[in-house]
Amino acid sequence: MAVEIPKEKWTSAVREVTLGATSDEGGTRSHTITVGGETALPFLHFEGETPNRPILALDVRSHKPEDWSPLLRQTWGKAMEDPATWAQAAEEAGADMIYLVLSLTTTDGEPNTPENARAVVRKVLEATGLPLAVVGPGQAEVDNELIVAVAEEAVGERLLLGLCEEKNYRTIVAAALAHNHLVQSKTPMDVNLSKQLVILINDMGMPLERIVMDPTTGALGYGIEYGFSVMERLRLAALQGDKMTQQPMIVNPGEEAWRVKEAKVGEGVPENWGEWERRALDWEALTATTLVHSGADILVLRHPETLRRVRAVIDDLIGPKSAA
Amino acid sequence: MALSGLEIYKLLPQTNCKDCDYPTCLAFAMKLAAKQASLSDCPHVSEEAKAKLEAASAPPITLVEIKAEGGEVKVGNETVVFRHEKTFYHKPGLFWRLRDTEDLEELKRKVADADAYHVDYVGIDLYLDGFAIEAVSGDPETFKNAISAILSISKKPLILIASTSDIAKAGLEGSDGSRPLLYAADGENWETMVEVAKQGDVPLAVRADTLDELADLTQKIKAAGVEEMVLDPGVHHYLDSLQQLTTLRRLALKKTFRPLGYPIITFPGANEEVDETLLAAEHITKYGGLIVLEEFNPASLYALLVLRQNIYTDPQKPIQVQPGVYEINSPDENSPLMVTTNFSITYFSIANEVDGSGWPGWLLVTDAEGMSVLTAWAAGKFDAERIAKDAKTFNVEEKVSHRKLIIPGHVAVLSGELEEEMPGWEIMVGPREAVDINSYLKAMWTK
Repeated sequence: MAVEIPKEKWTSAVREVTLGATSDEGGTRSHTITVGGETALPFLHFEGETPNRPILALDVRSHKPEDWSPLLRQTWGKAMEDPATWAQAAEEAGADMIYLVLSLTTTDGEPNTPENARAVVRKVLEATGLPLAVVGPGQAEVDNELIVAVAEEAVGERLLLGLCEEKNYRTIVAAALAHNHLVQSKTPMDVNLSKQLVILINDMGMPLERIVMDPTTGALGYGIEYGFSVMERLRLAALQGDKMTQQPMIVNPGEEAWRVKEAKVGEGVPENWGEWERRALDWEALTATTLVHSGADILVLRHPETLRRVRAVIDDLIGPKSAA
Repeated sequence: MALSGLEIYKLLPQTNCKDCDYPTCLAFAMKLAAKQASLSDCPHVSEEAKAKLEAASAPPITLVEIKAEGGEVKVGNETVVFRHEKTFYHKPGLFWRLRDTEDLEELKRKVADADAYHVDYVGIDLYLDGFAIEAVSGDPETFKNAISAILSISKKPLILIASTSDIAKAGLEGSDGSRPLLYAADGENWETMVEVAKQGDVPLAVRADTLDELADLTQKIKAAGVEEMVLDPGVHHYLDSLQQLTTLRRLALKKTFRPLGYPIITFPGANEEVDETLLAAEHITKYGGLIVLEEFNPASLYALLVLRQNIYTDPQKPIQVQPGVYEINSPDENSPLMVTTNFSITYFSIANEVDGSGWPGWLLVTDAEGMSVLTAWAAGKFDAERIAKDAKTFNVEEKVSHRKLIIPGHVAVLSGELEEEMPGWEIMVGPREAVDINSYLKAMWTK
């Protein structure tokens, strides 16, 4: 018997957002990357288009993070000591984008400064042609001070700047607006909060084509189901035409997964947790691919092996038609 | 599709006799529609109406049960496409595939290892659900012996993989006393497989390459008398899996398409080109029912079991721990006092961390309705007033002689208000993440 495949009819699409600017567009990137544009639930090609594949960014720090897992420190080795070298290594590892996090302090323990942030971003822009995201260390005052300087330094590059949070977004949005960048809006695992912040940022005059939303997701075992369902609900709302939920979604499975004990720690854990490296890599990869299925458009990862594994999954999911 | 109260009412005697203990037939019909009453409460319902009502109320995805002395796996009976719409009910069973050509002692050793595998996740015991044993030998006696060898070690449920009815029959003899899944009937062997499944009263897996063929087969098999089936749509990659399994879920739930309203069995490791763990993870989030793994690896299995636990958590009911003051590593009056919410994962990550660090400590767990720190804070369930109130309720003043309370770094903003709510207390802002508690205490706490 002929089984009829049920198809959902969606009325709307995820907004397309283009990251980076080439020299023709006022930047120095070797190419730009467009994310979003889906007119169907993830990879259900029989009922809509997925014009752009989810992209994979690697997390690079302005200063070597001493608290990262030894597994990550071994993998990146000396490259971690210089953000430009690290960004190059990330590009070689296959990253689509560099996600540069400005540290709170320099390697000597001195507070990070706007001058230093400018120099780091300049170096990284020179070292790689990939589109770049730059976010602050996560303390409102420092974030603002550093990101404003970075926005000015990299004028026209269409960097993704962050983090814009409900309690602190105005300064970063204003800097991004003034210097032709994009912003990352971040809210704590809630559909309405996600939407609300996009509205607030848009109200400041930031075009929706320059906002990427970060719904926040827990790691596997640490609340991933909340992030997963919030993302599914946001994506359903987007396809049904709720305009302020139609931003592409960025998630950070690298950061989420590598701070939990299962990934971070190799000793003093139950024997049945299995071999440490495999567990850690599975933790990051499962967190990432689960979020790919809930609609992530940009995934920030930490380990090159995870990037390779997740890319293989996306290559297959995107299908032969739209494969790059 | 479930019937509405009015549709059910039309099938009832409409006499308002009250024998069901409801005032009217309509009231009873409404209760039936809401699944709060049982049709058997009406002694007067006609056989015809009963049959109609029962057919309509049969779950759109049949519940399939595999059992053995040491446990059971129930799959199917799902009601939603997205977990936020209600919840996913029956966790997919994870099985390890073994072969009857293996040396029996080696087979027993493998089974013993996998059988002993247990991990604790937020107080929940996680383990492998069972074994799939394949008759690679093609010899009924060999197959039977392998099954006996497994059962001599493990009491977990089994899936018997056999391509002919003779072998299947030997398999069922070997697993006497349990209720395995028989895998699989296909276009060639289905008639004889059905006989074996019926005799043994076991569920039967059905395999075909297209959904059309699959639907044809299940209808024939059902007509031949087997009710419990499991579908193998033969998916081998991430994309075909996602599309086929989504289609099957939608057909069952949105179209009430009974020929494909059964749980699904997958073999994520059957294709060497794919990453078994990542495909198995996809099957957990996207509609797998029984997942048969090629490889038994504790690290990957732990990740998969945790993912399954997460995805199958009821979104309406976060797992909570009892609010109160918890003692870790036998604390005394000088030990640090920390506060967090009663979301189980939050509690366990902090408790584990403090426990592992060796620090004796008091953990005040407040009633934040089972939300994590940030979510609870955003929802107004973890504010200065509530923390101060619970500190009083649980008598923290009697537990410690110092007056220092460490709050999660994520809610640093609460420190000012808390100092007002708790006069005489010093509010210390702890780390944002549990993993940093040890280094935080080392740096900040003076014994």
